[in-house]
Amino acid sequence: MLKVARTPDAAPSRRAFLGGAAIASGAIVIGFTLAPARQARAAGPDLSGGAAQPNAFVRIAADDTVTVMIKHLDMGQGNTTGLATILADELDADWATVRTAFAPADAALYNNLLMGPVQGTGGSTAIANSWYQLRKAGAAARAMLVTAAAERWKVPASEITVAEGVVRHAASNRQARFGELAEAAAALPVPQEPRLKDPSQWRLIGKPGKRLDSNAKTDGSAIYSMDIRRPGQVTAMVAHAPRFGGVVKRVDDKAARAVKGVLDVVTIPTGVAVIATDTWSAMKGREALSVTWDDSAAEMRSSDAILAEYRERVKTPGLVASKAGDAAAAIAGSAKVLEAEFTFPYLAHAAMEPLNATIERASDGTYDVFAGCQIQTIEQAVVAATLGVTTDKVRLHTQWAGGSFGRRATPGADYFAETASIVKATGGKAPVHLVWTREDDMAGGFYRPMVVHKLRAGLDAKGAITGWEHRMIGKSIMIGTAFETMLVKDGIDSTSVEGASDTPYALPAYRFEVHNAREGVPVLWWRSVGHTHTAQAMEVFVDELAHAAGADPVAYRLGMLTAAPRLSGVLKLAAEKAGWGKGASDKNRGLGVAAHESFGSYVAMVADVTAEDAKVKVNRIVAAVDVGIAVNPDIIRAQVEGAVGFALSSVLRNRITLKDGVVQEKNFDTYEPTRMSEMPVVEVHIVASSAAPTGIGEPGVPVIAPAISNAIFAATGQRLRSLPLDLSGLKGA
Amino acid sequence: MLKLTVDGVAHEVDADPDMPLLWVLRDRLDQTGTKYGCGIAQCGACTVHLDGQPVRACQTRIGDIGTAQITTIAGVSGRVADAVRTAWRGLDVVQCGYCQSGQMMSAIGLLSGTPKPTDADIDGAMDGNVCRCGTYQRIRAAIHEAARTLA
Repeated sequence: MLKVARTPDAAPSRRAFLGGAAIASGAIVIGFTLAPARQARAAGPDLSGGAAQPNAFVRIAADDTVTVMIKHLDMGQGNTTGLATILADELDADWATVRTAFAPADAALYNNLLMGPVQGTGGSTAIANSWYQLRKAGAAARAMLVTAAAERWKVPASEITVAEGVVRHAASNRQARFGELAEAAAALPVPQEPRLKDPSQWRLIGKPGKRLDSNAKTDGSAIYSMDIRRPGQVTAMVAHAPRFGGVVKRVDDKAARAVKGVLDVVTIPTGVAVIATDTWSAMKGREALSVTWDDSAAEMRSSDAILAEYRERVKTPGLVASKAGDAAAAIAGSAKVLEAEFTFPYLAHAAMEPLNATIERASDGTYDVFAGCQIQTIEQAVVAATLGVTTDKVRLHTQWAGGSFGRRATPGADYFAETASIVKATGGKAPVHLVWTREDDMAGGFYRPMVVHKLRAGLDAKGAITGWEHRMIGKSIMIGTAFETMLVKDGIDSTSVEGASDTPYALPAYRFEVHNAREGVPVLWWRSVGHTHTAQAMEVFVDELAHAAGADPVAYRLGMLTAAPRLSGVLKLAAEKAGWGKGASDKNRGLGVAAHESFGSYVAMVADVTAEDAKVKVNRIVAAVDVGIAVNPDIIRAQVEGAVGFALSSVLRNRITLKDGVVQEKNFDTYEPTRMSEMPVVEVHIVASSAAPTGIGEPGVPVIAPAISNAIFAATGQRLRSLPLDLSGLKGA
Repeated sequence: MLKLTVDGVAHEVDADPDMPLLWVLRDRLDQTGTKYGCGIAQCGACTVHLDGQPVRACQTRIGDIGTAQITTIAGVSGRVADAVRTAWRGLDVVQCGYCQSGQMMSAIGLLSGTPKPTDADIDGAMDGNVCRCGTYQRIRAAIHEAARTLA
């Protein structure tokens, strides 16, 4: 969800490795001292992973289990399985013995190599940033096991082979399991330059391996953040201001305190917390609470009023994000000029597990945090600052997260700070489990920003684009946060314009501008960030231009993508697999196409829809994706299938609105996710590639809306641009 | 004291009869396999069985349960449950997995009464279960797969 700088295909470095060896006390595991801190590079991120760090990423126990340490949050995207696959392949582990454990917060060991000095999960970077780091860790551990066996058997290491967790010396007919060699291996020096496998030697990478979390998630035993039950734990629920920016003025907690099970009521910076023995009592207590709010600094406007202001302001010049040539002059001299406006609402993430976290004070004054931690080092720092301790006094225990789509990661670690505030206000007497209800979660802000796009383009007599003018307005996600210095340049937040101002289409003249809006509604990255709206504006408008030019929408795009082979590749593949251009379809039925790059991955989709009488049924989606090496093709397919199910409701109906500053949609009855009966058939094709892997948690999302919008045009001749699609005027062809 | 039988185990619970079964399971009995998603019977994450019938635990007052047997994802067993669990695992249906307890309990309920469900049957039985990760295609495939193995 964070946009990050990226250097594709970074080669592994051959940096000298200085680590010593040690055995973790009391445990037979491979444990090594830390590698020296990686030197920051001026030119782009270093994806080499630095020196091999098996100590950080793998534990081999006497019972042969291989535990891969996961530095990321798995919120459903399956990265635990993918990351374990990468390491286990280089290690030649037996997949049946591979386990995973979420790593603690540790800036020295577990930073995201694509996020600067931050440990966190977002921007579809988990696999991409870990690729060489985990291969090296696995290869180093393997080499150490081989050396241990060679020394024990007094044979040359070069004669030893490793397969599926067993180390063998064929000539002397000896073999040992990993667990039998782990302790000896741990005492050895770490290899300076572990040799990585040639792709032809991969046994796990590229195969549709089974998810490691399927069993625990199908018998109720997987523990999510919401399931944490610490001894003596109390449950807290917070009454938040009904308007963003509102603060507590007066509290009458008499009735709340009288509710059975309510233990305490405390005022904290974000509202009034009711602390109870259990969730139900906390809910009842909060209902009985009477709070008067001070709205003097609150956002009082309705979303309609904010949108109206956007639509006026987008008519005026903004900050220039990118330009080439004189777009205005080029358009002025065109044979045909098209204009369009796109509006996008606020969107809630609405993950199935509402936000929650547990913080427990230990007797020595340190703290344990249990949550779906998504930016661990920031969350740790925020909890520490709130509780007035140093970060080394705060231990994070990342749990399975019931979705996130970006919401669990906020630059200010909002719900972590809230939990810590309650712990502080109650003196750390008992472990506090903060629980947000669905209503708290949905009305709590941090939405995908509301955005307006205004576009204008010219065509010459042959239908080719002459110039493109494009202006956007929305609230920046990054300005005013800790990420501003990294991602905002000259007032332009790259996450506001990504996917538009850096378009791969060859435009002879263009000008992309942006306005930063400043309303009081908190905004945040939402699965695929800026691409959630830029792809709709770009891909629908290109489609309009293709039709205005009398050209086939696929051929028209390909003509402008000659310098973008990977995007062209997925576009051609999706079109071919969908039967694009193959004869007439049923009445009121049509195909629409869209292609878009995001987070270094390339996705094209062809949507097949039936549209009539204010209704749209998406029958089928054919997708083609290029994510470089497909570490686990089945999980990649699952992410694209899921992206369709996730985003479809935002295409058809979802919007968060404010009336006089108060959020109107608070639960699934008024903000209804996609349901089973609406789910189209999704077919996913993966382009074979030898490029370093990129991510797929987000890139499936951007193309869904434009593919459907363009298909509705094909079916009915009616052009719907803004989201959610206004189907009220839709008629059959 | 109210007597409840959860996954075959008898419990005595000192709680308000208005308390939803969901919170009794999760907070009083520490049976956290059953999930809270919306609290208003719009998402199905809290689906459990009462005497084999799927119900939303967030809308079930414990005072109304009487002697009915409560079954959760952690204790559901038998031929249909085994087939559903095997199919879910075989097709790797789960992503975040938070809704899947409820999805599986609804699917087991469907297959118990309709051993060979059509797509329309599946829509009817499963539309009340939201999966925000969008795993519906695999849920549908897994129900068909479970039906095949039960045939």
